[in-house]
Amino acid sequence: MLLIPCPYCGEREESEFHQGGEAHIERPKDPNKMTDEEWADYLFFRDNRKGVYLERWVHRHGCRRWFNVARDTATNQIVAVYKMGSKPPKSITSRVTMK
Amino acid sequence: MANTYLRQTPLAHLHLDARAANEAADATTGVHIGERLLLGMINLRGQRSNPDFGPAVKKVVGAALPDVNKTSGKPEGVHVLGLGPDEWLIITPTGEEADIHANLEKVVGEFHTAVTLTGESMTVIRLAGAHARDTLAKGCPVDMHPRVFGPGQCAQTILARADMTMHQTADDAYDIIVRRSFAEYVWTWLEDAAREYGVRVITGLR
Amino acid sequence: MSQSHRLSTGGSIDRETLVEFTFNGRPYKGHPGDTVASALLANGVKIVGRSFKYHRPRGIFAAGAEEPNALLQLEAGARTLPNQQATRVELYDGLSADSVNCWPGPDFDAMSFIGLFHRLTPAGFYYKTFMWPASFWKYYEHFIRHAAGLGKAPTEKDPDYYDKMNAHADVVVVGGGPSGLAATLAAARVGARVILADDQPTLGGWLLNERREIDGKPANEWIATVEAELNQMENVTVLRRTTAFGYYDHNFVGMIEQRRANVSHGGCTSRQRLWRVRAKQVVLATGAIEQPMIFADNDRPGVMLAGAVRTYVNRYGVQPGKRVCVFTNNDDAYRTALDLFDAGISVPAIIDVRSDPSGELATEAIQRDIEILDNHAITAVQGSKGVAAIEVMALNKTGDGVTGTARTISCDVICSSGGWNPAIHLHSHSGGKTVFDEERGIFLPSNTLQNETCVGAAAGIFDLARCLVDGLKAGKVAAGGAGFKKSSRSKPPSAPEEDESPARLLWVVPTTQPLGRRGKHFLDQAHDVTAADIHLAAREGYESVEHTKRYTTLGMAPDQGKTGNISGMAVLGQALGCETLGEVGTTTFRPPFTPVTLGALAGRDIGVLMDPTRMTPMHHWHDQAGCNWEDVGQWKRPWYYPKPNENMQDAVNRECLAVRNAVGILDATTLGKIDIQGPDAAEFLNRVYTNSWQNLKNGRCRYGLMLGEDGMVMDDGVTTRLSENHFFMTTTTGNSASVLEWLEEWSQTEWPEMRVYFTSVTEQYANITIAGPQARALLSEFTEDIDLDPVSFPFMSVREGTVAGVSARIFRVSFTGELTYEINVPASYGMSVWTAMMTAGDKYGITPYGTETMHVLRAEKGYIIVGQETDGTTTPQDLGMDWIVSKKKDFLGRRSFDREDNRRQDRKQLVGLLPDDHTKVIPEGSQITSSQQERPPLGSRIPMIGHVTSSYYSANMGRSFALALVKGGRKKIGEGVYVPLADGVVRAEITSPVFVDPEGAKIDG
Repeated sequence: MLLIPCPYCGEREESEFHQGGEAHIERPKDPNKMTDEEWADYLFFRDNRKGVYLERWVHRHGCRRWFNVARDTATNQIVAVYKMGSKPPKSITSRVTMK
Repeated sequence: MANTYLRQTPLAHLHLDARAANEAADATTGVHIGERLLLGMINLRGQRSNPDFGPAVKKVVGAALPDVNKTSGKPEGVHVLGLGPDEWLIITPTGEEADIHANLEKVVGEFHTAVTLTGESMTVIRLAGAHARDTLAKGCPVDMHPRVFGPGQCAQTILARADMTMHQTADDAYDIIVRRSFAEYVWTWLEDAAREYGVRVITGLR
Repeated sequence: MSQSHRLSTGGSIDRETLVEFTFNGRPYKGHPGDTVASALLANGVKIVGRSFKYHRPRGIFAAGAEEPNALLQLEAGARTLPNQQATRVELYDGLSADSVNCWPGPDFDAMSFIGLFHRLTPAGFYYKTFMWPASFWKYYEHFIRHAAGLGKAPTEKDPDYYDKMNAHADVVVVGGGPSGLAATLAAARVGARVILADDQPTLGGWLLNERREIDGKPANEWIATVEAELNQMENVTVLRRTTAFGYYDHNFVGMIEQRRANVSHGGCTSRQRLWRVRAKQVVLATGAIEQPMIFADNDRPGVMLAGAVRTYVNRYGVQPGKRVCVFTNNDDAYRTALDLFDAGISVPAIIDVRSDPSGELATEAIQRDIEILDNHAITAVQGSKGVAAIEVMALNKTGDGVTGTARTISCDVICSSGGWNPAIHLHSHSGGKTVFDEERGIFLPSNTLQNETCVGAAAGIFDLARCLVDGLKAGKVAAGGAGFKKSSRSKPPSAPEEDESPARLLWVVPTTQPLGRRGKHFLDQAHDVTAADIHLAAREGYESVEHTKRYTTLGMAPDQGKTGNISGMAVLGQALGCETLGEVGTTTFRPPFTPVTLGALAGRDIGVLMDPTRMTPMHHWHDQAGCNWEDVGQWKRPWYYPKPNENMQDAVNRECLAVRNAVGILDATTLGKIDIQGPDAAEFLNRVYTNSWQNLKNGRCRYGLMLGEDGMVMDDGVTTRLSENHFFMTTTTGNSASVLEWLEEWSQTEWPEMRVYFTSVTEQYANITIAGPQARALLSEFTEDIDLDPVSFPFMSVREGTVAGVSARIFRVSFTGELTYEINVPASYGMSVWTAMMTAGDKYGITPYGTETMHVLRAEKGYIIVGQETDGTTTPQDLGMDWIVSKKKDFLGRRSFDREDNRRQDRKQLVGLLPDDHTKVIPEGSQITSSQQERPPLGSRIPMIGHVTSSYYSANMGRSFALALVKGGRKKIGEGVYVPLADGVVRAEITSPVFVDPEGAKIDG
C-alpha cells in the first residue's frame, strides 16, 4: 500500500488514487498522417523498466487532479512528484531515460 | 420553488426524529450522529492565478477562498471548502444558495469559471462526540490526529467504500459530506462503527 | 487429573483462580495466565495431535508462534477456529479445544498405519504419484482431502464481528521485549507518536520467561516501571495481544489485535481488529526464534525447545517433565538446565555437541553437579508415544559420525537447542535484505529498503544489557528520523554482563546408520519433512531453495517453518556440497507472519455493508410498489413491477403495451449527468465525440458516440446545449464516473489550454421519464410556463420551467421511439413530483416501468446499449453507426476508426433476428451458425458466425425477437441462421435491427 504525495493534498494512501500509465506520451498532432505501425506504437507500446519510471496518477477519490510520479519499480520508492505539464525535476533526470 | 415540505432528504425514510426522541443520550454516549438538513451547496471552479477572482468571490460569499484541504467561514453559516487547486465547495444555510449562485454567476461570469449548484446531490452527516474520530478512523485512511488535523480543515477522501468530503467543524465534531445515493450506506456504516462507543441520534441540525 | 505437572510455586499465573476447560472432550483445570499449551502440560498431557503426513503422535514443542505441532480446533459451531496454536491461545473459563488431523483421537489414530508405509510417500509424493493418469485425479483428490486435512472451517455464519482501524505513527515498535520497550521509551520521551505492538497479553517479551535482573532488581519490576511511564504518555499507544503480521510498501504495517482473551463473547466489541498502521519509522524488536537440534526421531512427544521448557517453568509454573535432559550446541540452553534444577526438577545430563564447554553458564551447571556429556550426541529416542529414554554416543572428530558404545539415559523430556535465529520475517517483508553469519549460523538483517531498523535479538544481539542500549538508541534515532530531534538523556538500564562461548554448527546429528535408515530427522514437523527428504530432492536435481521448498513442502505449513527453514537450508547446502551455507540463501518470507482470519480481513464489509447500495430519491416508492430490483453497478434500479399473480413476462408485457399505447413512467435518475462549462466546451465535445458539436443550437440536444483511442465504442448519450458555453451531457448509468474521468484526463493532461470545466450533477436531479402517446396530456396538467406543442417544443430539445410547482428542466429525447419527456427536478423534490404524476396519471393509464421494459422497447427500435451490443471490440461500423462519425475532424479514436481492418465486410455487424418459433426467446449470448447440424460428427467443427446480444419477447409484435452481431450480417438480411441450444437448434431469420416504427412516426405522440 503506497503512500503517494499528491502535489495538492499531501500524502495520501494509494487506495485514493488510480494509476494512469507511462507519463510524457504526447498524443500525436496529426494522427491521420501516421502509419498503422506508428499509431500502434503510440497506442499500445509502453516501457516496462526496472528502475525509476515516470508515470501518471490521478487522485481519484480526492482532488481529482492528475500529476506525474517518478517511482522506482524495483523498490516502489517514490523519488519525485511533479505537476502535469512540467518536466521531471533535474535531481532525478540522471536516473531516468526519457523516450 | 414549492414548499419545503415537499422536499425529502436522502435519510428521510429512517425517521431520525422519532429515533432521537425515543433513544435519549446519556453520559456513556461516545458518538452523536445526525443529518444536517438540506444545506445549499455550490461547486465553484476558477483560476486562482487571476488576481480579481478571489476578491470577487469573497464579496458575494463573505468568505475568502481557502487553500486545498482548508476552509473559511463558520460551519453554521456560509462556508467554503478548498477541494482542489481550482475547485471549491460553498456550503450555505438552507435556501440561501440560489441568491449566492445567481450573484456569483453575475460577478465571476466574465472570468473562466463554472458555478454549479450541487446541494441536491449531497447530504451532510454530522458526527460528534469523544469517539467521533475513532469512528471515522475505522474507515478513513487520512491521519486525523490533532497534531496534524484540526477544526477548520477538510479532506476529500474515502470512508469505507464511499467517497466523502470530511470537514472538522470543532474539536470533536465532523461534517461528513457524501453523495445522496450513498447516504443510507454511510449512515448505516457510521452507526455500526460507532456501536462500541455508544451512539445516539441527534436532530434539529441545520 | 488435577495439574499433576504444576510446580508448587513460581510463574505469573493467577493461582487463586481455577479455570475449567476441555480438551478432546475431557475436562481439565488451569489458571488465568496460562495458555492452553501450558495448561495441558500442567495436566500431564503429552500427546496433542497427530502429524500431517505420517500421523505420528506429537506433543507440544514450543511456547510461541513457532509451534509446529500443537494445532487445535478451538470451540465448536459457528465460533469454531481451526488450526490455532495451543501455545498462543490464552486459557479462559469454559474453553473447549480438540486436536486436528486425528480420528478418533490423538492417542489412538486410525490413520497412523500410514507411517509404516513411509517409503511409499517420499518427498514430492503427490507430484510423482497423482499426476498420471489425469482422469484419475477426482479419485485421488478425495483420498488426499480426507487424509491430509488440518482443522475444519466453520460452516455457519460467524456471530461475532470484526473491524479495522487506520492508525498513523511517527514510530512503530514491534515487540514489547527489553529492546522494544527501551525503543518505545526513547522515542516517546522526545515526543514522537509511538505505537507499540506486542503479541502477548502482557509486556516484557522474553523477559517474562526468564529469571533476569535489570538495575539490580527482578526484570518484572523494570517492566512495571516502564509500563507505568508509557501509560502516562498521551503520545503512546500500546497494543497488547497484537501481532504485526505483515510489513508492506511505504512503512505500512498490518497488525491483528485479539481484543479479548475469550473467543466466545459477542457484544459490541469486535472479536479481532485489523490495524492498518502507517509509520514514519519502524523499529523491529521481534526477538529471535530458537532452532532445534536435528536428531533421529526428534519429533517424539517430550522433545521440546530448550527455551520453551524454561518458559513453562518460569512463566507458567509448569514442569514439562520429571526427568529432563538438555541437548545443545550452545551455552544458552544451560540456562534451561539451571532453571529446571533450581525448580527442583531432575536433570540427568546435558548433552553438548561441543568439546569442553567453558563459560560461566557451564560452570554454574558443574557447580550444581549436573552431568555434562561433551562432544556427545543423541543417536536415538526410545518410546513412540513419548520420550522414555535416549541413547547417547560420542561424536567423531568431524561430527558426521558417532563412535564408541551407546549409553542409555532414561528421561521424559528432551530440551533441544540449536541456537537462536533472529526473527527477520517482517524485515524481509519490507524488502530488507539478509546476510548469513557463517560463524554463528544465523541470518542477520542487513540493508533496509524502508525507514526501518531491527534491534536486539532481531538484529542478532542476545546479550540483555546490549539489547537495552541498542533499543534506547534505535528509539531515539527513529524519533529523530521522524522529526523529533530533541535531545534526551536517558541512562540505559543496567543488566549483568554475559559471557557465552560460541555454538558448534552440526545441522544433522548423526546416528549409527546413514541418514534416514535409523529414525527420522525432522526439519519441518508440521509438514513431516525430514532431512532425508531434502537429500532426496537434491539428488533429484533440486538446487534452488525456493524450488526445494515447494517440492518437499518444507516450511509451507501453518507455522511457515519457523523452526525448520534454517536447518532445511543448511541441509540442502550440505547435500549440494556448498562451500558456505550463505550460498543457498533462505526462501523469501511473505506475509502473514502468523495466520490471519478471513473475518478480520473482511472487517465490517459484510452483509448490507459489503458494498454500498445506491438509491435514487424515488427508491422507497419503488420498494413500496413491490418492484423487483436490478443491480446496475452499485445502483438498485426497478427491474419490473409485478402485480399480484403476475410473472415477470406478464409484467413486462403489460408495461411494454402501456408505454406504446398510453403512458409509462420510468426512474432514469441513475443516468450520468455532467455539467460542462467554458468557452471551449463545444470544441472539447468535438474532440471526444465522433460527431460535430459546434453547430448545435442553444436549447437543442444531440446524440453522441464516444470512442476509445482504439476506435472501439466506449459510451453514448445525449448532450444538450443549454447556452453558448454551457452543455449538459448524459452518460450511461454504468459509465458515469469513468466518462467524467475520461473528460478530466484529456482536459488536464493533454489539452490544459482549453477553457472548460466539468462538474458531476448526476445526483443533483431526479430524472422522471414519462413516455407514450399520453405523455403530453399528463405533463400539461403539471406545467403552465412551458409550451408543450411539438412545433414549439420539438424532439431533441430542452425547456426550462416549472413542473408541479418545482423548477425543472425537461428534455424531449426518446429511448423508446415514443413521445418522451425526461423531467429533471431537484433531487429532494423527486419523490413528491413522482407521486403527484402517479396520482394524476391514473386516468391516462400511467404505468411504472422498469429496466426490462426499457430494454425491450429500445431493442424494438434497434437502439444499442453500450456494454450489451458492444463489448470493447465493437466499432461504429459494426453497429451500422457510421452516420454519426464525422469525416471532417479529428476526434479520439478517429485514427483507429480508419484502420483498414475496421472496414472489413466480414466483421460482426449488428442485425435483427426473428426466430421461426414466435414463442422462442433465444438466450442472450447464444452462438450463431450458418448450417443446421444437431450433432456434428466428432472432431468436426461448425464455424460460429456471431452471437445474440439482446433477446426478448415483444408484446407489441406478439413474437420473440433479438439483436445479434453476425459476420457480414448486413448482406445476409433475409437469410436463415441457426442457434444451437441444449434443447435443440433454433432457426431464425436475419432482419434489419429496427422492428417497430422504422419511420419514427410516433415520436411526437
